Amino acid sequence: MSDVFEENDFFIDPQRCIGCKACEAACSECSTHRGVPMIHLDTLDRYYTVKTGPTVCMHCDDPACASVCPADAIKRTEDGVVQSSLKPRCIGCSNCQIACPFGVPKIFRLQAQMLKCDMCYDRTSIGLKPMCTTVCPSETLFFGPKSVIEKLRKNKPNNEFTFGKQKITTKVYLMSDNSDAPVDMDVVDFMSSSHINEGDPWIV
Amino acid sequence: MAQLPLSKEEILEKFGPHQKHEPPGGWDFSVQDPDSKVKTHCCFCGQGCGIILKTKDNQVIGFDPWEAFPFNKGKLCPKGVKRYMQGSHPDRLVYPMENRPGIGYERISWEEAYTKIIEAINRIQGQHGKDAFALLSGVSLTNEKSYLIGKFARVALQTANLDYNGRLCMVSAGAGNKKAFGIDRAANSWADILETDLILCTGTNVSECAPITTDYIWKARDRGAKLIVVDPRMTPIARTADLYLPVRPGTDVYLFNTILNLMIEAGDIDFDFVNNHTVGFEDIKKTVAKYSPQDCEKVTGVPAANIIKAAEWWGRARRSFLLHARGIEHHTKGVDNVLSCINIVLASGRIGRTGCGYGTITGQGNGQGGREQGHKCDQLPGNRDITNPEHRKYVAGVWGIDEKELPGKGLSAQEIVNDIHAGKIKGLLSICFNPLVSLPDTQFTEEALKKLDFYVAIDFFLNETARYANIILPGSLHEEDEGTATTAEGRVVRIQSAVTPPGEAKIDWHIFQDLAKRLGREKYFSFQKSEDIFNEMRVASHGGTADYYGITYGMIEKKMGVFWPCPEVGHPGTPRLFEDKKFYFPDGKARFNTVEYRPSADVINEEYPVYLTTGRVIFHYLSGAQTRRIGFLTDQCPDPYVEIHPRLADDHDIKDGDIVRITSRRGSIDLKAKVVKTIRPDTVFVPYHWPDEKSINRLTQRALDPVSKIPEFKMSAVRIEKIS
Ligand code: SF4
Repeated sequence: MSDVFEENDFFIDPQRCIGCKACEAACSECSTHRGVPMIHLDTLDRYYTVKTGPTVCMHCDDPACASVCPADAIKRTEDGVVQSSLKPRCIGCSNCQIACPFGVPKIFRLQAQMLKCDMCYDRTSIGLKPMCTTVCPSETLFFGPKSVIEKLRKNKPNNEFTFGKQKITTKVYLMSDNSDAPVDMDVVDFMSSSHINEGDPWIV
Repeated sequence: MAQLPLSKEEILEKFGPHQKHEPPGGWDFSVQDPDSKVKTHCCFCGQGCGIILKTKDNQVIGFDPWEAFPFNKGKLCPKGVKRYMQGSHPDRLVYPMENRPGIGYERISWEEAYTKIIEAINRIQGQHGKDAFALLSGVSLTNEKSYLIGKFARVALQTANLDYNGRLCMVSAGAGNKKAFGIDRAANSWADILETDLILCTGTNVSECAPITTDYIWKARDRGAKLIVVDPRMTPIARTADLYLPVRPGTDVYLFNTILNLMIEAGDIDFDFVNNHTVGFEDIKKTVAKYSPQDCEKVTGVPAANIIKAAEWWGRARRSFLLHARGIEHHTKGVDNVLSCINIVLASGRIGRTGCGYGTITGQGNGQGGREQGHKCDQLPGNRDITNPEHRKYVAGVWGIDEKELPGKGLSAQEIVNDIHAGKIKGLLSICFNPLVSLPDTQFTEEALKKLDFYVAIDFFLNETARYANIILPGSLHEEDEGTATTAEGRVVRIQSAVTPPGEAKIDWHIFQDLAKRLGREKYFSFQKSEDIFNEMRVASHGGTADYYGITYGMIEKKMGVFWPCPEVGHPGTPRLFEDKKFYFPDGKARFNTVEYRPSADVINEEYPVYLTTGRVIFHYLSGAQTRRIGFLTDQCPDPYVEIHPRLADDHDIKDGDIVRITSRRGSIDLKAKVVKTIRPDTVFVPYHWPDEKSINRLTQRALDPVSKIPEFKMSAVRIEKIS
């Protein structure tokens, strides 16, 4: 087991996200899943906003994907990293895909297996940061000590989520959104009202 | 006559763009241990991120983040991550070719190619004069190549008509900076952004065009800094801004003159700085007095209250940093826009100290360095002026030629194409420039290309312009040559060669050496390696404002970049300019430049009632010649589109995904509508990275800024209609 997880945690701070997909690009370079990213970048609704946000495996303390797996193919390491399915065991039944509250696991038909983010086991096991947190241009994805990010940023890390009555705690932290920016932001709201209603706005 | 030898379909089939999704040799090959890991830089924007390229069997098989490099600390945008996929590409040109009408692009030998080129140069120059053969270059090239091409044009080709694609990029900022500060460089390293209290971004889509800069801005905001964004589109960085001013395209001077007026009225002026270190304040004070926030609201469409707030924030900030880019620079008043920004910086006195600064964000890979070392039509190395007798004498001396032999000021890029169209320029050599995609008024550029008597293009892919060339020479990729580049911060960095050019392709500067030799000018180009060129360039730049004399390859490698000016060996370089409050004029004082608002060149009226603005997306670089060949990037953004506000869309019964025809006075284009609330309702936006029927430059116009000669890409008058 590596010690990077003793001092460092994984944080997602979506308000900083610029939607560049550097995370997907870099993740897809991995030698195990070759060309296919395990991280996903979603645009909320382009009609209303340019807001985007990445989704990685949250690495639940009590992972639903593992508990519903009939083949016991999904393991959680001592570090708290929930791994991709074990290839010899995985039967591709999709239970994990359905059970995950964050919509993370995917069955890859080619490999006939569930693959997901394992926090770059190849990198973290030799003391490196996960790849997406290394390249992310805006530090939306951040890997480091919790005490450091708490000091650096005004928003707060959280790893407790409630789905209906169920409470889930995760290894990955989500930073709260501090900006007052609503999702629906119309440029018109920032413009002069007379300018908009004059009828022929192009005439100075 | 430069013509296409095959149909466009046949050309596309043979030369692409084809999409490369996998590393060379496939994943099984690329996951093996690399032969080497080369610390170099990304080539796809002016930030020049540090990156490690992994090689095997003379191919680049992947990347690693370079976390120790101080600017980006391992961070990369997707273009950087996938940049290596441009190597070992099926579209790569690997031998010289001749355009034979009706037959195709036929392989020829280098010797045949050179013979034909020299014959054409001699014939054209003999019949029509030296300046009838022009050279168009680009600033994705290293400093060494930029310098060498400047020298080649003047000493070997002996033409005045050399210009570069920075003409579409940095020239308004460069001209404005020289007028106000006497020097053309961002005034600070980005480290000062981290320390500032107020950031004003105007005309810069930071998140897509300078992604790493986002992190600097956010780190300042974490400390409590406020952010003002001025942009007709709500870009990702504008979305979270503390104050967002969606100005009408082309009204920037009005906004900044008003802000200055409000600062003066409120007494928010650093009089100590203004009185002791600037000239021209009294004049500008008189001029801006008539710019009221109420009139400004009418002109810009931004509420007066927010203009007043911006002026208060800017006027009273303890520390501030102003950043701008092509959004204000791509105008027939691009230089004025830049100057109006600099005026509010000078009035605040907040420059030349910690957390206080100003800078334009350079767009191209070597947009900064490439414009300093003399491949602009009006410029010599060290950012010297080709019309200044002293400057001419110095550089002629370094080159060992008689000053009288040195050509004078030539035409700018668009003017060169205009003169080709007019039949005055007959021959063209191009490298690292794809004007058929990147210049305005595509139809005109195409007509011009067809009129060329002789055209030779150097490139690694057959870009859309090079299709028209008589001779095509395979050059080198960024990772196939040694050299240096200078980033947006003014930091000179080392470009390391990771592999050698494939097939018969040659390192670009070797091609210029070969041509110079055949033009009888061998002795001026006797360089053995890139470093020799750099060392001559250091001397040629010495004493100029962009002084590289003290910089060596060893020093750059050791310090991971050196900021110019660095006038003496042992000098540490200059991350922050103007610390001594000395500006680069004989009296040491900065200049206020009085500018007045004036309308854009294209006229908005009943027939063409909508503003069109163009720009980049994060997944592509410039004309797309490289990024449209990289699978991951093309998958994210395969085609251009038009962003339309729902109000405008409703007026024309346009729904998201409909095909919309946009028409300007030059031409029209059919594009898919992206109906979004994130743009002004009187403005549409289209990205510009595509050729032929997908080129938005079919609609833009050849109107130029009178000083910088930059075309007005950011404002065209158009009408829109639904097609299906
Ligand atoms: S394109 Fe610019 S931001 Fe992206 S990796 Fe390259 S240098 Fe960095």
